Amino acid sequence: MARTINYREAISEALAQEMDRDQRVVVMGEDNAGGAGAPGSDDAWGGVMGVTKGLYDRFPGRVLDTPITESAFVGAAIGAATRGLRPVAELMFIDFLGVCFDQIYNQAAKFRYMFGGEAVTPVVIRTMYGAGLRAAAQHSQALYPIFTHIPGLKVAVPSNPYDAKGLMTAAIRDDDPVIFCEHKAMYEVTGEVPEDAYALPLGEAEVVRDGDDVTVVAIGRMVSVAEQAADQLAGDGISCEVVDPRTISPLDTDTILESVEHTGRLVVVDEATPRCNLATDISATVAKEGFGALRAPIEMVTAPHTPVPFSDALEDLYVPDAQRVANAVKATVGYERSGA
Amino acid sequence: MTDTMPQQRATAALERSALVQAYRTMRTIRAFEDRVHDEFATGDIPGFVHLYAGEEASATGVCMHLDDRDAIASTHRGHGHCIAKGVDPRTMMAEIFGRATGTCKGKGGSMHIADLSKGMLGANGIVGGGPPLICGTALAAKQAGDGGVGVAFFGDGASNQGTTLEAMNLASVWNLPALFVAENNGYAEATAAGWSVAADNIADRAAGFGMPGVIVDGFDFFAVHEAAGEAIARAREGGGPTLLEVKFTRYYGHFEGDGQAYRADEVAEAKRSTDCLLRFREHVTATGRVPESELDDVDAAVTALIDESVTQARQAPKPAADQLTTDVYVSY
Repeated sequence: MARTINYREAISEALAQEMDRDQRVVVMGEDNAGGAGAPGSDDAWGGVMGVTKGLYDRFPGRVLDTPITESAFVGAAIGAATRGLRPVAELMFIDFLGVCFDQIYNQAAKFRYMFGGEAVTPVVIRTMYGAGLRAAAQHSQALYPIFTHIPGLKVAVPSNPYDAKGLMTAAIRDDDPVIFCEHKAMYEVTGEVPEDAYALPLGEAEVVRDGDDVTVVAIGRMVSVAEQAADQLAGDGISCEVVDPRTISPLDTDTILESVEHTGRLVVVDEATPRCNLATDISATVAKEGFGALRAPIEMVTAPHTPVPFSDALEDLYVPDAQRVANAVKATVGYERSGA
Repeated sequence: MTDTMPQQRATAALERSALVQAYRTMRTIRAFEDRVHDEFATGDIPGFVHLYAGEEASATGVCMHLDDRDAIASTHRGHGHCIAKGVDPRTMMAEIFGRATGTCKGKGGSMHIADLSKGMLGANGIVGGGPPLICGTALAAKQAGDGGVGVAFFGDGASNQGTTLEAMNLASVWNLPALFVAENNGYAEATAAGWSVAADNIADRAAGFGMPGVIVDGFDFFAVHEAAGEAIARAREGGGPTLLEVKFTRYYGHFEGDGQAYRADEVAEAKRSTDCLLRFREHVTATGRVPESELDDVDAAVTALIDESVTQARQAPKPAADQLTTDVYVSY
């Protein structure tokens, strides 16, 4: 009987197993232990969401609390990566990229190219994204497209516990900088996860559901939303093939194109705001490379071009849900070419 | 500001070969920068270059204490730091000319020359980009327990950047083996340091980060060498970081082509009376530590090296078209 753990535990287990396997792996971030210099426990939090809980005692000197100083400690993780460590830094919320982005996109991402292919910067930046916890405009965004835009970075967006463990393991073992995006509403999601360490390749999509009528490509937490929609649509006799890219840089366009070749229709579901996001990127690729297979216009289901609202009444409208995905699928299936 | 006491103490500790090496490094930097100035005027060097002439005692006085365990981060004005950390001036010149034989295969240019094998973590086009990185190299050295240090060079302009201030705080909080060298050449681009730095001295800020702050005359190699030596020795022994403010002026503009209408005539005065090479030479010859002829030999060898570097760079091929898309990732 396979073991079931949640998304948080899956990431934590990957960190622990890699720290065990490789002395060069260190973990750092705000309250990653939690309680530095305070009168109580030194290991009070294990990160704001508890992902690094328990590592502090198990790996003495390798779980480093930091001041609230993202530029300094993200930069330190990057600098340390050039000198033999394999740091995993936690940028608590992806929304905080604004206070450390230079170190990521002008430094880490460019070292290898600028320095003529000599630099190796094996750093992982864990960061939490996404709406749904009523965390409002500065703690809820899905900003992964910004990282995807930058050559030199890899970006992972695991949609379930199994992928989260396998992709984190791969990210730590990878020699390039990897931005590892964890959806904050998924930490309690459970799934079957092997106990032994394993790495999933970065750049391989997974077809999570086979289907014939429409390809639905979904990113991160939107994969489960797409699956809900697919369940609902199956009752209406519409068969969806759901594709989870798992990493968005590199992006496995081959798997997406093969699926569209089979179904002839594409819906992309992306929690990010609609301009220059994964939905537009994947749509553009399919429009160009897979034009001959398309039997209907591509549909994109995204957040609106607004900040994330606070009130539940508004936030629930902001995040794409299964009904919107189902509506988009029906629009592509119901499309009829006119005037031809 | 000049203090003769450090000179006497430091020179007593430096062997003749070390004195000649210091002179060779400073002379190489000066000759390199003067030549880049001339070559830039021909129009054959693309992009922007920012020259280090006048500031040679800083890179040299600090880097003479460093070895392969140690990493430095530099600035847009980085040629001097590269040379002082052991990067080959011939590949540097080729890089500045955008050639395939350059230190970075022509992909970096003046503002991004790096040689990780030498612990030179790059000139840096972002003001304040280097100090956080040095917290990381110092952390790696501390974890390795090899006694290595990280040195961040930055200017008076970067002394006002949050990244620099954050890095100094983190270095103290983590008790890192780090040295922050504020090279105060009086101007951030065209803006005077006396206007942009709200404190009287950049070094005064060290107190706010719980580390020693030391001010030295940046034209005085011996003063820099001694102060840096103390700070680096303390860092190697676990005594934590230091902020060293090195004061001098730059001999050229912010970048080549800068008309420098914002300046007075302090450069001519500095070249006449306080220039680091002039003073070094006078001191070591007057005290009989190095004969004049030996320094003349260094001058001749440096001139030949710089001539060779320009000749080779001009003859070298530019990068092939297939180089456009390589070296982005280790694997992708």
